[in-house]
Amino acid sequence: MNIGVCAKISPHADARIKIKSDGSGVDTKGEKLVVGDYDEYAVEEAIRTKEAHKGAVTAFTVGATSDEKLVRSGALALGVDKAVLISDDAAVNAGPLGTAKLLAAAIKEAGCEIVFTGKAATDDGNSQVSAMIAELLGWAQVSQVTKFAIEGTSFTATRAMDAGVLQIVSGSLPVVITCEDGLNDPRYPKLPDIMKAKRKPLSKIGAGDLGLADVAATSSESNFAPPPPRPASRIIEGDAASAAQELVRLLREEAKVI
Amino acid sequence: MAGYEGLDFYEMDELLSDEEVAIRDAVRGWVEDNVVPIIEEHAQAGTFPKHLAKEMGSMGLLGANLEGYGCPGLNNVSYGLICQELERGDSGIRSFASVQGSLVMFPIHAYGSEEQKNKWLPRLAAGEAIGCFGLTEPDHGSNPGGMVTKAVDKGDHYELNGAKMWITNGTLADVAVVWAKLDGVVHGFLVEKGMEGFTAPEMKGKYSLRASVTSELVFDGVKLPKENLLPKTVGIGLKGPLSCLNNARYGIAWGALGAAQACFHSSKDYALNRNQFGAPIARFQLVQNKLAWMLREITKGQLLAWRLGRMKDAGTMKHQQVSLAKMNNVDIAIQIARVARDIHGANGILGEYPIMRHAANLESVFTYEGTHDIHNLVLGQWITGIQAFQ
Repeated sequence: MNIGVCAKISPHADARIKIKSDGSGVDTKGEKLVVGDYDEYAVEEAIRTKEAHKGAVTAFTVGATSDEKLVRSGALALGVDKAVLISDDAAVNAGPLGTAKLLAAAIKEAGCEIVFTGKAATDDGNSQVSAMIAELLGWAQVSQVTKFAIEGTSFTATRAMDAGVLQIVSGSLPVVITCEDGLNDPRYPKLPDIMKAKRKPLSKIGAGDLGLADVAATSSESNFAPPPPRPASRIIEGDAASAAQELVRLLREEAKVI
Repeated sequence: MAGYEGLDFYEMDELLSDEEVAIRDAVRGWVEDNVVPIIEEHAQAGTFPKHLAKEMGSMGLLGANLEGYGCPGLNNVSYGLICQELERGDSGIRSFASVQGSLVMFPIHAYGSEEQKNKWLPRLAAGEAIGCFGLTEPDHGSNPGGMVTKAVDKGDHYELNGAKMWITNGTLADVAVVWAKLDGVVHGFLVEKGMEGFTAPEMKGKYSLRASVTSELVFDGVKLPKENLLPKTVGIGLKGPLSCLNNARYGIAWGALGAAQACFHSSKDYALNRNQFGAPIARFQLVQNKLAWMLREITKGQLLAWRLGRMKDAGTMKHQQVSLAKMNNVDIAIQIARVARDIHGANGILGEYPIMRHAANLESVFTYEGTHDIHNLVLGQWITGIQAFQ
């Protein structure tokens, strides 16, 4: 089976986000970068699918050329066989639609039958690209998948809906599977595999190589700002009964939330 | 508490390859998920989390710097980084890996026969078998050459008599690398679990390395097959065990930095969140001075360890250089743990914080693998040409 996985390199979930001084975006300089949290589930599910059904996994990343080492340690070292890093200036500046166009073109060229993606990037959290890829390829998409299986050319995916309701979706390949927390337990790399990943094939290409002339963002982002600082907390003194009364009064009269 | 990031004030990551950084980060993540959540409970109970052995093996943490026979074949800087991350979790976990890799797998790899290597190395690397190293005796610690454990050639076998003490992993071990005198000269032997006359009772009542098993090894007329002699230890005497210790001490020089960084991280976090006199205690100059001193010592220790690792990989490392790094880095780590306890105030003695556990562990690390004083005397001899301890 020819399996694809989209893996975006983003700041670690624990990173302390700094806003660029001109408010034009997030400054990731000096931040620890990793394959995004949800994309980790996608990478793991792609490798498990290969282990169960044979074949090979290709990782697709749109990002900076310096993302190479993170694709190697965060995908190739875990069992992904090869990677495509789309990293020219056009790719770096592509918005969600441009990114989806690049990924869809690369996936098509690679001949994948199934593609796993994370449900959102850890950084911008747009949740747009997966659906756009499916649309551009004319494939089905199942979002927020927490359980997944393939039999022959059919798949069954369990989706986590609101309020704990589960929905089971069946269909035929090809499909884009968008992975949710809890789908699997991502593995740790075996240390010798980190060394071997250095020699696995990784091709760096640009938008032109995929025959795409214009992938520029169709919307612009500005005025990034940190959340307002949290006001100082207040401790209500007194016994439980009177403290509760005071708390209710404050919530009603000062905070005006009840 | 904020996520653990390690300390890289001098941008040491730039001195590491991409793969070395990835290895360090992988082990760091594994320790965060698998060691940190359970280690305090094990330390309090005085038990070793044995289930971690196979996980460490599966990840490639055991005998990491050895080649072939199912060993990971990483470089020495990677091995050092593994030790650093394991000891950030607990010195007992790093001790397990040090003993298994440097004191058991290394001598089998370096001095063993093909049969011995094939029999033991793949299983030890996978964590399916556990090893221990018997050199120290109840009456011979810093002076191993004075050992009384003795093997006698009985024609078709050796007969082994004597006792070893302070043996990490002893009670758990499937195989013990035991150093004993044969015709008055030190040789290495493989003693296997279950051999008649061989017992390994656990030493109880430790206040340090509580999440690690420490044992005595007792040999009462053990009949050792001839093929259990490590053949390449013939004729090299004490050089055999000392070469093993050199490898393990190298790992400790890195490991101690892990414990120190854990204490620094906790101290910084605590100082920023603990309010007294209406402000975080991190605002006070005395606290800042303590944190700055920790930063300074850890950074110097990191440079020592990194340089030592590069020399080990280049094959130019001298054992005196290992002595300096082991001695210095354990010394600063134990002092950092004590200052960290001070910063944490009364909370510093609670198991809720890793401080007291690291401080107590480091008391053992300060003494084992060459005491602090002996390492000073090794350096004294290098400087003056005069050996002060004989």
